[in-house]
Amino acid sequence: MTGFIGRRPLLTGVIALIVVLVLLGSFPIVPETKQAVVVRFGKPVRILNRYEPGRPIGSPGAGISWRIPFAEQIVWIDKRVQDVDMQRQQVLSTDQRRLQVDAFARYRIVDPLLMYIRAGDEKRLTDQLRPILGSEVRNELGRVEFATLLTPERQGIMDSVKASLNRIARQYGVEVLDVRIKRTDLPDGAPLESAFDRMRTARYQEAQSIRATGMKQGQIIQAEADAQAARTYAASFGKDPDFYDFYRAMQSYKATFVSGTDGKPPAATNIILSPQNDYLKEFTGRAK
Amino acid sequence: MRYFLGRGSRIRGLFADKKGPWGSSSGSGSEEESPPDDNKGGGPWGDSTRRGHRVIGGSGMSSLEELLRRGRARFGGGGGGGGGGFSGRPNRSLILWGLVGLVAAWLIFTSMHSIEPGKRGVVTRFGRYSYTLGPGVSLTLPSPIDRVKKVDVESIRTIDLGSEGNSDLMLTGDQNLIDLAYSVRWNIRTPELYLFQLAAPEQTIREVGESAMRAVISRVTLNDAMGDRRAEIEEQVARNMQTILDSYRAGIQVQGIAIKQADPPDEVNDAFKQVTAAQQDAQTYINNANAYSLQLRQRSQGEATAFDKVYEQYRLAPEVTRRRMYYETMEQVLSKVDKTIVEAPGVTPYLPLPQVQKSTPQEKQQ
Repeated sequence: MTGFIGRRPLLTGVIALIVVLVLLGSFPIVPETKQAVVVRFGKPVRILNRYEPGRPIGSPGAGISWRIPFAEQIVWIDKRVQDVDMQRQQVLSTDQRRLQVDAFARYRIVDPLLMYIRAGDEKRLTDQLRPILGSEVRNELGRVEFATLLTPERQGIMDSVKASLNRIARQYGVEVLDVRIKRTDLPDGAPLESAFDRMRTARYQEAQSIRATGMKQGQIIQAEADAQAARTYAASFGKDPDFYDFYRAMQSYKATFVSGTDGKPPAATNIILSPQNDYLKEFTGRAK
Repeated sequence: MRYFLGRGSRIRGLFADKKGPWGSSSGSGSEEESPPDDNKGGGPWGDSTRRGHRVIGGSGMSSLEELLRRGRARFGGGGGGGGGGFSGRPNRSLILWGLVGLVAAWLIFTSMHSIEPGKRGVVTRFGRYSYTLGPGVSLTLPSPIDRVKKVDVESIRTIDLGSEGNSDLMLTGDQNLIDLAYSVRWNIRTPELYLFQLAAPEQTIREVGESAMRAVISRVTLNDAMGDRRAEIEEQVARNMQTILDSYRAGIQVQGIAIKQADPPDEVNDAFKQVTAAQQDAQTYINNANAYSLQLRQRSQGEATAFDKVYEQYRLAPEVTRRRMYYETMEQVLSKVDKTIVEAPGVTPYLPLPQVQKSTPQEKQQ
């Protein structure tokens, strides 16, 4: 043996390397994030680290395992929660209004064997799930009115999407955890423009109503002030209406002929008086 | 020994060969004669050189075996067969020691882990989750068996969502559109769940955040979303996100949502500005009315008080006060105006009135 190593060191190294590689390959390490289907000559024989609900992380499953070298191949399948994004879809509600919808589904491969048989690999799985998700979303959302799509009830709709998606996904060994609408948008063009128009007119209406309310309040305040002034005047002048008449007349004469009103001087005035005027009664010397 | 000599002689021979003319000037007679000897193969140094050449060239063995042979010859020439075996051993143990050192270093470096504060080390044994290391220095089994992945659990990460520059509109409950920008702050709560449960944690947070935000926004009116209820919305979105992520067992803690911007879309911004302008207008109306009201109130009170004061005095001597006021007023009035007194009753004065007289010269001038 040692003689052989001495004689053929290079060959020995190569053989040792192959042996080590085969040994390493016979004891595959299964990480927590993966499940594995062991396939013997194309026939699946057993599953490593299969997902089981409620089992905590670190329980037996992952870890070191074995396989027969050359005869058995290992197909790795993700154990984690994955997502499939639906392409943007236009949904027509029962009242013939359009809405752009983005949705996503979260799923986990619970039966790697079934998934391996039906879909092959993960990419093909998502390729098959995506259109199913799209059509389910369209079907379910097409059954309700536009307004319902925007209400809390839409989660109920999504639950029924999830249920019907799950029925199909089960055939692939996949469990759908959650289906959610990511975005609901009005389609570009006419629907969006009309929404903008509606928003605009609503704002104009609001602006008008705010102005009108302001005006109304202003008028009320003014009227109240007028009323109070009238009350004040009445309370004061009502004590002697006759004297008020005289008093106010005197003020009025002054304002008209002397001081003017509103800060403007009075217009030039000619007064033609008769000597019989009360003011001139002493002119004629006919005092009482 | 011979080999060394041979090599030395070769160098010397070359030296002599090249520096022949120079050598002659130095005056060494024996070397001056050697060049012709060397060419013939007669000189002792030149002969050994030739022999060395012959050994390499004429043997016809493979280069590997020749190398081995030469190596053996080297040791053999030094101190005999026994000496050669002994001199090989320290060499081998040196390699051994080196290997041991390397393994030891490997063991130390892969089994001692210093975890910084704020981080956790998730230990997997042959791929299976084993336990989680806290901060500090800890020992595990060496690398191929135990592997440690460090996860930062304390630092809070931020993901920005919503419109950044380009408008990204959301539908509100009253079917209006709003332009929202917000960020999600999160950290890792359970490192092993974070590592092993979700295929794409960040993308999941992104999608769940967007979904939760849109769900909440679709329940409130536009004014609520832009106004006072922001804090409430943020809190509700954070709560919804946490519920959804917990249902995935994501090991993620949502620390909070911050709405950075909640604006109406650019297309309708003018209309919103008009509302603000209308609010200003309305306030102006009210302010004006208040000013008028204050003014009127003061004036009415002033006038009433003035009348009251005068009336108080008037009541003491009505007739006299009345006449006095009358005369004073008439005096003021008539002193300021043009007066014409017409004697005869019923006679209309035909004389030009003073105003007419005054105004005619002005008209003529024009």
